[in-house]
Amino acid sequence: MTELTRRTAAELAAMVASGEVSAVEVARAHLDRIAAVDDRVHAFLHVDTEGALAAAAEVDRRRAAGETLGPLAGVPVAVKDVLATKGVPTTCASKILEGWRPPYDATVVRRLRDAGLVILGKTNMDEFAMGSSTEYSAYGPTRNPWDLERIPGGSGGGSSASLAAYEAPLAIGTDTGGSIRQPGAVTGTVGSKPTYGGTSRYGLVAFSSSLDTPGPCARNVEDAALLHAVIAGHDPGDSTSIPAPVPPVVEAARQGATGDLSGVRIGLVREFAGEGAEPGVMAAVREGIEALVKLGAEVVEVSCPHFEYALPAYYLIAPSEASSNLARFDGVRYGLRVGDDGSHSLEEVMSLTREAGFGPEVKRRIILGTFALSSGYYDAYYGQAQKVRTLITRDFAAAFEQADVLVAPTTPFVAFPFGSRTGDPYQMYLADLFTIPSNLYGGPAISVPCGLSEGLPVGLQVMAPTMADDRMYRVAAALETVVPPPVPPELS
Amino acid sequence: MAAISREEVAHLAHLSRLAVSEQELDVFAGQLDVILQAVARVGEVAAGDIPPTSHSVPLTNVLRDDVEQPCLDQAEALSGAPDAEDGRFRVPRILEEES
Repeated sequence: MTELTRRTAAELAAMVASGEVSAVEVARAHLDRIAAVDDRVHAFLHVDTEGALAAAAEVDRRRAAGETLGPLAGVPVAVKDVLATKGVPTTCASKILEGWRPPYDATVVRRLRDAGLVILGKTNMDEFAMGSSTEYSAYGPTRNPWDLERIPGGSGGGSSASLAAYEAPLAIGTDTGGSIRQPGAVTGTVGSKPTYGGTSRYGLVAFSSSLDTPGPCARNVEDAALLHAVIAGHDPGDSTSIPAPVPPVVEAARQGATGDLSGVRIGLVREFAGEGAEPGVMAAVREGIEALVKLGAEVVEVSCPHFEYALPAYYLIAPSEASSNLARFDGVRYGLRVGDDGSHSLEEVMSLTREAGFGPEVKRRIILGTFALSSGYYDAYYGQAQKVRTLITRDFAAAFEQADVLVAPTTPFVAFPFGSRTGDPYQMYLADLFTIPSNLYGGPAISVPCGLSEGLPVGLQVMAPTMADDRMYRVAAALETVVPPPVPPELS
Repeated sequence: MAAISREEVAHLAHLSRLAVSEQELDVFAGQLDVILQAVARVGEVAAGDIPPTSHSVPLTNVLRDDVEQPCLDQAEALSGAPDAEDGRFRVPRILEEES
């Protein structure tokens, strides 16, 4: 029998529903796997063994009582440590929140619990979701199961690595500039950023409020769609939550799995052709596009002239919002406090607390954002970036007149060795080159495995119009019929 | 020409309430200069009459009915505080002692 940890989420849910295995057995199998391999992978910052077994036992009890279970009931899930989990440590991989136990659940977490998913624990990430490698975690990096000397992507490297290491069949990430998709690409897993406003930010520790989007991570497209359907939908607790029905993502994934893309127009962005991506990545993506054409898709070339300014605009907008959002970490209401020994003023205590509690990338972005928002520079930097954001949105609108989806590499390079980009922060930012446009526009985008380059996974990105998340699932699932998800080398 | 000086970085760090060390200032000033020179490219775009976009959702002033809803109680709200006293967040003295 296939090991439980190798099963898809859909299979596990069916097995639990039929009584073939109990939810507790499924949870134990994954907790055992975590105990066996996580000292090497370090995908988790906190494993909630007790909570997971209790949640699983509750699913078993409800099943025994004849209650109707949701489509993912009893399936384990790992949650990025940027989402508040009631009573369970939530650190954002920062020293400033070490030991904090939130008094409430994020909406996404609440929906997981209500649907009977079993939360295994909290996953590692770049501090406050700022980074592309998890090297900026204050608790040490996560390692890529494909090569333990390489990065798992970021910021949500822990969530994606937990899937590739078979520690969890599903995970939740958050995507501000690519933090779900890029880790998905470099770990050979699926990472989906829903439409901004399609998933609730309530209880998501804010980095860049106009961009932050929770979304599903999985080892295959259908599982990602099933998880998407559980967490998405309007939430009155988030004023930017879209009051509209969730797009039919599960149906679309199943339609795509039939391998028929007749009538689907795939747009290739002229400005992305060859720009900044490794030859091996481009070659794999070209093969993926050829596969989509064989399935019936039509390719059209589109022009998005302002995409080349997306990266600069993002690295003004996101740090500006971060500098404001992270002002809340002042040593008063939660987390760390340093220097409160009677010899320092309140202001000095705040400065000492923030100095000790934040890591270097967070400090750089706070300073950068404070600069971009300061009088005299505001118009030329933050204001101009917001105008560029409008032009990028118009580029997308024009492109979607000609194409149903846009396709591109997810990230310019495969998983890189630790330490190779931390010395030059801007080199790290380039990992986000292809993912950022969708964040600025607000539309959904998914990364799906698309072969290997130099033995390491490559991701193909499918971008769709706002609230047309179903389209990207259809195309991604179709690609999967030709390019099956890659299997990482054994860890043990 | 540098886009940002070491003195400016020190001033911004103070405004951001970050007690950065001299050594950090040396590192940050160089790194932030590289980043700023790169992101300043947004200035190449002719966008004079283009309206800014603050976020992508076409919603403003989302209101709900003024109905009482359950919320955290005092103990829960104070549960994560580094220091609390008499049901309040305790902070170092803000006002000078009267002489």
